[in-house]
Amino acid sequence: MSLEDGLFGIHGKALALRSQRLSLLASNIANASTPGYKARDIDFESALKEATTRQQGSSIADVGKAVDDSMGYRVPLQPSLDGNTVELSTEQTLFAENAVKYRTTLSFLEGRINTITRALKGE
Amino acid sequence: MSGSGPMNVFDIAGRAMSAQLVRLNATASNMANAGNVTGSEAEAYRAIKPVFQSVTDKPGVSTVKVANVLTTDAKPTKRHDPNHPLADKNGDVWEAAVDSSAELVDMIETARMYQNNVQVLNTAKSLMLETIRIGK
Repeated sequence: MSLEDGLFGIHGKALALRSQRLSLLASNIANASTPGYKARDIDFESALKEATTRQQGSSIADVGKAVDDSMGYRVPLQPSLDGNTVELSTEQTLFAENAVKYRTTLSFLEGRINTITRALKGE
Repeated sequence: MSGSGPMNVFDIAGRAMSAQLVRLNATASNMANAGNVTGSEAEAYRAIKPVFQSVTDKPGVSTVKVANVLTTDAKPTKRHDPNHPLADKNGDVWEAAVDSSAELVDMIETARMYQNNVQVLNTAKSLMLETIRIGK
């Protein structure tokens, strides 16, 4: 277990995954009017499970591998004629949700950092 | 891509905005030429359309670019108007091949897409700023 894992617990990996997912959802929104584009997303739960259980190697590589392994194509509610599977309502909702959860993870991290800082200062 | 590093959310949304702007320019050109009248079919204006293509950095991370701007093969409308100064020997003139209503619908869609990307950019920016302030 690396020092980083001990300090931040699950939240360090979670933040990295949230950031990756932000890029994925941004890609889907960017390609909302590209014919034939297939929207992709990750199953966050399984990605986080994989990123936290695998311990060998560097943490960044683990997160990247976890993202690749749990990635899938979005099933559109209503397929469009040009083969594009981006549904803006879905993508925007998930994007907003992901942003809020990113902030949540960030405040968990903040709490951990504050705790440790206080312990180090001995106040 | 800006630089040679991996594509980030700013590249994704920024390039998508540029692509939508090309589309908006095409729509503006088409609208400006709608109702344009010429004396021959070959000279008549035909609507132009950008072709979008996705640019993939790694699986799932991709932005969009304009592959090329096509001139559509819509037929200009022939109108019999012998009194028109541009009319040919048969008294016909040709109106630009532009579907104004379709162009306006396209314009609204382009504007929406542009706004969506701006929103993505703003959210990403504020998240990044919050992240760099962590622990302070």
